[in-house]
Amino acid sequence: MTGAARPRAPHLRPSLIALVALGGALGTAARVGVTLVVPSWGAFDTAIFAINVVGAFVLGVLLERLLRSGPDEGGRRRLRLLVGTGVLGGFTTYSSLATETAALAGAGGGDLAVAALYGLLSLVLGVLAAAAGIRVGARLAGRAS
Amino acid sequence: MSPLLLVAVAAAGGIGAAARFVVDGLVKDRLGSAYPWGTTAINVSGSFALGLVTGLALQAVVAPEWKAVLGTGLLGGYTTFSTASVETVRLLAAGRRGAAVANGLGMLVACVGVASLGLWLGSLA
Repeated sequence: MTGAARPRAPHLRPSLIALVALGGALGTAARVGVTLVVPSWGAFDTAIFAINVVGAFVLGVLLERLLRSGPDEGGRRRLRLLVGTGVLGGFTTYSSLATETAALAGAGGGDLAVAALYGLLSLVLGVLAAAAGIRVGARLAGRAS
Repeated sequence: MSPLLLVAVAAAGGIGAAARFVVDGLVKDRLGSAYPWGTTAINVSGSFALGLVTGLALQAVVAPEWKAVLGTGLLGGYTTFSTASVETVRLLAAGRRGAAVANGLGMLVACVGVASLGLWLGSLA
């Protein structure tokens, strides 16, 4: 590379990585808080289920709102990375969903029906919530402009 | 959960989120962003790792505090459900049904599969 003025990619810039880490720590703390308060419904992990669906909705609102308000740079990019990639990425989780579904479906203490319900309901409601969030984000952007 | 452990779990979640940001960017540099390979790689690798940590914790090889820091914190912050959901909606909106099904159902099946493998490997310890 010859151009010294060429900016480093966002994912290699320490200040932006730190911003994502800060958001991720906050999102993770919020996730722990919700799991301590919301009880499981039998073998069904209500807390992680609700966290994932709500997080998918809010991320849809945020990303669409930002997308429609201008290019992804400066303050908009920092807000996307802090709240979207950081807070909401850290708040929601896929590994818990996968591991709990695997444990429920596994031999021994398995409960295949709850496993299928938990996995598929999370998937479908997550997509519907994200789609609804994107519509809300588009409306908010339209109202603001 | 003690306040100190909560702080450790949150800090680990921050590290996991930062790792996700970097890994996603590096994968996009190599494979482009037509299909969300970054989130796929992150969720599949993180689900395997959590299965393994959970299996090891069930065997009491990993202490509950470390399971909280590594599992709830690091891997919880590393993997993400919200981005995967939004990316599936984007694929659907682009009319790419096959890619959307792969990113939704395919990712779920792959992640549950590798988490099962991790749980099993951990149980051998």
